[in-house]
Amino acid sequence: MIEMVNINKAFRVAKRQSGFGNAVKAFFSREEEVIHALDDVSFKINDGEMIGYIGPNGAGKSTSIKIMCGVLTPDSGVCKVDGRIPWKDRVAHVSDIGVVFGQRSQLWWDVPVIDSFELIRDMYKVEGKLYKQNLEELTTLLDLSELLKTPTRSLSLGQRMRCEIAASLLHSPKTLFLDEPTIGLDAVSKIAVRKFIKKINTERGTTVILTTHDMQDIEALTERIMLIGKGRILLDGSLEELKKSATERKTLVIEYKGVSLELCEGMTEIDAKEGRCVISLKPSVLSVSGAIAHLAAQAELLDVSVTGISAEEMVAALYKEYNI
Amino acid sequence: MKTYLSVFRIRFIATLQYRFATLAGLVTQFVWGFMEILVYAAFYKVNAAAFPMEFSQIVSYIWMQQAFLPLFSLSFWDWEFSDAIESGSISYELVRPVDLYGRWFFQAAAKRLARVMLRCIPAFLVAFFLPEPYRMVLPPDFVQLLLFFMSVLLALCVVVAFSMLMYISVFYTLSSRGTKLVVGLIADFFAGMVIPLPFFPEALQNVIRFLPFAAMQNMPLRIYSGNIAGMEAVIGITLQVLWIVILLMIGKFTIRRALSKVVVQGG
Repeated sequence: MIEMVNINKAFRVAKRQSGFGNAVKAFFSREEEVIHALDDVSFKINDGEMIGYIGPNGAGKSTSIKIMCGVLTPDSGVCKVDGRIPWKDRVAHVSDIGVVFGQRSQLWWDVPVIDSFELIRDMYKVEGKLYKQNLEELTTLLDLSELLKTPTRSLSLGQRMRCEIAASLLHSPKTLFLDEPTIGLDAVSKIAVRKFIKKINTERGTTVILTTHDMQDIEALTERIMLIGKGRILLDGSLEELKKSATERKTLVIEYKGVSLELCEGMTEIDAKEGRCVISLKPSVLSVSGAIAHLAAQAELLDVSVTGISAEEMVAALYKEYNI
Repeated sequence: MKTYLSVFRIRFIATLQYRFATLAGLVTQFVWGFMEILVYAAFYKVNAAAFPMEFSQIVSYIWMQQAFLPLFSLSFWDWEFSDAIESGSISYELVRPVDLYGRWFFQAAAKRLARVMLRCIPAFLVAFFLPEPYRMVLPPDFVQLLLFFMSVLLALCVVVAFSMLMYISVFYTLSSRGTKLVVGLIADFFAGMVIPLPFFPEALQNVIRFLPFAAMQNMPLRIYSGNIAGMEAVIGITLQVLWIVILLMIGKFTIRRALSKVVVQGG
């Protein structure tokens, strides 16, 4: 179980205007700005949960992950992971967690991947039998058999990321932190990685905390979402709840035979061409079936599709709503 | 301990990947070693009695120094550590259940040892079969050889413990260039990399003797050549042990302080 209570973390960042004069001035006296990366952040994550941690760039996602991993020390507040304070009890704490920092690499650049895996095995003191079992399982699930003997530098980004994820799971961690694990992956790799994360979560009961900018990741994976912006937790709930709170509108795409359609109350036209019409619908005013019945009475409908708001739009709407 | 051996192993393997770097280093060292010996030969021809070391001792010192260059030089900078700090990939180092100081210590030592092992064998082969005055000779007796081996190991520890302080300083300076250049050069100079310490003015020698730099290559190389022997060698080795303890303590203390307020660069 992870518990964060009133965590604060601020960084000092040196700032200056562009130009030679300002550079000289900054040489003698530097202006510093204090940035509150985390501002009174509190939440609780239970064992076996899968959390999507979202927010715009610079919102404090990585900072909170690093605090939970024991890499950073917060300025104030209490953080406990399985009863341990991560940065105080670092060595004991990190043996139980796995971390993937999507923008960095934990594999040795010049040697085959398997050598890095063996180093990790020894660092975490993973028993020979367990290591073999984990390695076999991960190799099959992530399709690594061809990659293990290749030096890291010769791998493509997607291949490397699959190896990175495997490397973080060799010691069967109880909690897995994934900081942008699908960054830069192609569609096939993304789907493979997502499937795999889901499997680890359901089969091993591993708690997964995932930060991402890819809303499809969130949609495919997580039930619970935490939205952070400007260092504060703004929303914490299920994807459906968030969607509801973001907006309740539905989008209707209609293809029909005829010249034009007459709309009634509760419908707004977004786009209209001859034979095709996109309508935004407010279900509280007019139900979906009512809307279709209204339209079907006017023309022969060839194709009707009803969609809710996409996760992508929802997040954009949320960012806008909270002004972050 | 197994963890550290494993770190040692992977660093060793990774270093073996650079074949041409090794070859290039080897050639450079031969050329450099020859040049140095020729310069000394010219000086000794004028007046051999004016110098504090015998010519054969100088020859052994130089060949040994060239063969062991990567082991003892403080200008050999391990970019892995400073890069980790500068780029922020230190995050990964910190999520390992391993003491960071210990891990880096072994990794740095392994890199130096791997480089030396690749270079010293061909270097010795040639140096032992050169014509007379330029040939490297074995130490005067077996005890001396034994003391030499002990001293090499200790000197490596002093060098690594000292370089750890240089790496840790990057936590504060955020750039490694200055430290590498300035401290590397000064330390190498006082360690006897440019000219052996006995050639320094007497007054200066009396100070340097008690600095950590004198506990580096100076000790094993002079023990090998027989320039330091017997009781003097035992005292020298004791000083080496003392410096290892002191440098380890400072290093452990400073890295703990640095990590408690670490800021990860680059998000």
